[in-house]
Amino acid sequence: MNQPLRRLATVVIVMFVALMAGATWVQFAQAKDLNADPRNARTLYREFGNARGPIVVQGKAVAESVKVDDPFQYQRRYSDGELYSAVTGFYSIVNGSTELEYAENDNLTGRSDQLFFTRVRDLLTGRQPEGAAVETTLNRAAQKAAFEGLGDQEGAVVAIEPATGRILALVSTPGYDPNDLASHSSKKASSAYARLRDEDGNPLRSNATRETYPPGSTFKLVTAAAALESGEYDETSEIPAPVRLDLPQSTASIGNFGGGGCGANPITLAQALRVSCNTAFAQLGMDLGDDALREQAQRFGFDDADLTIPMGTATSHFPADANAPQTAQSAIGQFDVAATPLQMAMVSAAIANGGRLMTPYVVDRVRAADLSVVSETKPSLLSTAVSPGTASALKEMMLGVVESGTGTAAKISGVQVAGKTGTAQNAEGQAPHAWFTAFAPADKPQVAVAVIVEHGGSAGNEATGGRVAAPIARAVIEAVLNK
Amino acid sequence: MTTIEPHRVRAGRGSELGLLLLALMVGIGAYALVGLGVEGEVPADVVGYSTGLTALALLMHVVLRWRAPYADPVILPLTVGLNGVGLAMIYRLDLAYAAKPNHDSGFAGRQLAWTAISVALAAAVLILLRDHRTLRRYTYTAMVVGLGLVALPLVPGIGQQINGARIWAHIGPIGMQPAEFAKIALAVFFAGYLVTHRDTLALAGSKVLGLQLPRARDLGPIIIVWAASLAVLVFERDLGTSLLLFGMFVAMLYLATERLSWVVIGLLLFVGGAALAATAFSHVGARFEAWLHAFDPDVYGRSPGGSGQLVQGLFGMAGGGLFGTGLGQGRPDMVPYAESDFIVASLGEELGLTGLMALLMISLVLAERGLRTAIGVRDGFGKLLAGGLAFVVAFQTFVVVGGVTRLIPLTGLTTPFLAYGGSSLLANWVIVALLLRISNDARRPAPVVSALTPAGGIPVPAPQDDPTERFGRVR
Repeated sequence: MNQPLRRLATVVIVMFVALMAGATWVQFAQAKDLNADPRNARTLYREFGNARGPIVVQGKAVAESVKVDDPFQYQRRYSDGELYSAVTGFYSIVNGSTELEYAENDNLTGRSDQLFFTRVRDLLTGRQPEGAAVETTLNRAAQKAAFEGLGDQEGAVVAIEPATGRILALVSTPGYDPNDLASHSSKKASSAYARLRDEDGNPLRSNATRETYPPGSTFKLVTAAAALESGEYDETSEIPAPVRLDLPQSTASIGNFGGGGCGANPITLAQALRVSCNTAFAQLGMDLGDDALREQAQRFGFDDADLTIPMGTATSHFPADANAPQTAQSAIGQFDVAATPLQMAMVSAAIANGGRLMTPYVVDRVRAADLSVVSETKPSLLSTAVSPGTASALKEMMLGVVESGTGTAAKISGVQVAGKTGTAQNAEGQAPHAWFTAFAPADKPQVAVAVIVEHGGSAGNEATGGRVAAPIARAVIEAVLNK
Repeated sequence: MTTIEPHRVRAGRGSELGLLLLALMVGIGAYALVGLGVEGEVPADVVGYSTGLTALALLMHVVLRWRAPYADPVILPLTVGLNGVGLAMIYRLDLAYAAKPNHDSGFAGRQLAWTAISVALAAAVLILLRDHRTLRRYTYTAMVVGLGLVALPLVPGIGQQINGARIWAHIGPIGMQPAEFAKIALAVFFAGYLVTHRDTLALAGSKVLGLQLPRARDLGPIIIVWAASLAVLVFERDLGTSLLLFGMFVAMLYLATERLSWVVIGLLLFVGGAALAATAFSHVGARFEAWLHAFDPDVYGRSPGGSGQLVQGLFGMAGGGLFGTGLGQGRPDMVPYAESDFIVASLGEELGLTGLMALLMISLVLAERGLRTAIGVRDGFGKLLAGGLAFVVAFQTFVVVGGVTRLIPLTGLTTPFLAYGGSSLLANWVIVALLLRISNDARRPAPVVSALTPAGGIPVPAPQDDPTERFGRVR
């Protein structure tokens, strides 16, 4: 009976080898897929059970995980939740996560590939793994100035450091308190989500990055840039500026804001920008053609579907195919032209930086729990929007806007501010959006900013970009410049 | 040749003591780590716990020294190691359960009590059963007892259906899974029956496809056991026990007859029967469905009979990865029945693939030591009994762990020594006691063999007393 016993012993070994292979399949080969399965609540528990890294603004955590006595062990807390909601987003067991909480999840949980060695060390030393800290580029004072400037009005502010692309302020109003959504009580969290989802102004959606608006007259910067880049115009070139411009191929016509003239006819390019002359820019747009406008817009970042900061952004848009009257409308930022406030800040930032558009970003550094720097964002060139000559000509023209044009409300004593207003028609019967985009100081720009106040905010139909949006931009610039 | 000296054999009791201490360190260390991992401190009762576990292990060791001095020195430490790790894991789950409202806890205390009872029973077996061959006298008694135990859950008033399977019997306040004990009784019966009838069963019949089939008239016993297994499957809804008993029988049939045809016939019968049952009975079909389409949302969400528990177990093991979360750091309590049916998933999660591999190695070595015992022992009954018992421990581990890792369909068996459950623990400790008893016989030097030792020379191996049994010699 010994021979069959030996064979049986072999069979037993084969059975156990099969078990070991099965265990290896589950715990090694398939582990990643199993851990990623949405039904795997364990992944959630582990994520919530570990200390998630904080989101930091100038050395102070605005989102952090606090030890609590419940099955998840850590509760996400947001100090100044509403102020930073467009940046941090929220992190919730019930509602998922958004914005930085979503985009930087791998770093915040400590799971990213860059943190591999930290994980191995935690494993070997038995240390409780901790997520990495995400340090933002935000400037607390600028963020506050923007938030307070917008107040109860719906809108957004984006401020960028032109030389680097660092985002200094990113505010969307109405904001929301992420603490409500991060509650571990699924009833509380769901009802908070439902309430915010149905609220006017869609607080959960960031107006600054995920909403596009007609840019109105602020887009004249792009049209002017296209004109200067074509080589056929300079700031003294004269353009026809009638009170009303009849559009070809249609019965439509374009008038100026308030229905009057632009002070002269023809008018210089600089003068047209200073007073924001619609008829002149509409004519200029038709003369340049939609292709030239589109190309210029794209060099400023329009139609770039891949822009992440690292949160995703809505794509700003210039119409793909426009006839002459549509081109005339597009040249003054109407028709189907759509831009995020971030995009308009990028236009100013590019002009401020001698035409070089830097990639905007909000994550400065990622720091592991042991304070070692895991990654650091290096400023990078996104595109060359205009030549240095064009940039400097545009700057001079924008200085005129603030000095004695539509944007005088942005004046700061002792600082040269270059800006452009916009008052964008949107839906029929709705008050226009008030825009302002600017940078300062003109000789050595430190901040470029874009402001939108939806439907003119509290000023309603009386609102213009110069009156409603420019003071907010001024406050943000002052905050950055420490005035 | 004037003196007769017994050939000196290393009994191995010293090695056993050393290995026992190692096993105790593992078990007690795991217990302490659970406390550290869950509550940040060593459990308050660690001294009492260590003392108790050590006392139990030493009791068995002393009994072995006294009543079975030549018993295999590895079997007991392996068993103590598995039992200790299982206890630590159950204690860990207890701590998690205690934090949950409305969840039964206190499993660890009960398991420790069952361990004590099991060790006492195993010691009693070793003390009372001086020679395993005595059991052969009770061949048919064992059959009656075995079949009675298998059928017990079907008796109205005693049997109880829990979670769809009718495998529990309640007599007074005590509940047990009689199938666990039935496998010992049936092993005794099979060994006794087969050792008597092996020659008849091995007689050649017709040859089909190069396979020497047995004679048709000898198919009787296998058909009866097959029918009994299917009855278990159909009426008690217990795929695991059914597979276990039938697998043990086929293995022992093969050992006795050395005919591969029996294995082929057995496998065909079982697969055919199971396939038939799967189509005819929804609860068996559901098990296969849950195995094949575990991740299908419909199957996953179905309750009862869905794959939810299986998939949760897989999630746990995947979460543990290569090195595990560490004791007390995972969430094994999220899997239903994590302390019994799914203890392997719990261990895989917290000890990782590495820890699970180690535990599987321990189980494998335990089974192989049992088979080694079967090879070593001289009598046919002992060979069959040891071979059958060793195989059934290995096969049960295979069926459970294979089910949890989705290698085969999931069944309701418990992992020997690791899982929570008094019946399983008692039965498996008795198996260990029987294997130890038989191994004592296997490793004891042959009674009247002289060593021809020239003065100052090298000992010459004693002459083989039976050439056919030369593999049976003690190393």
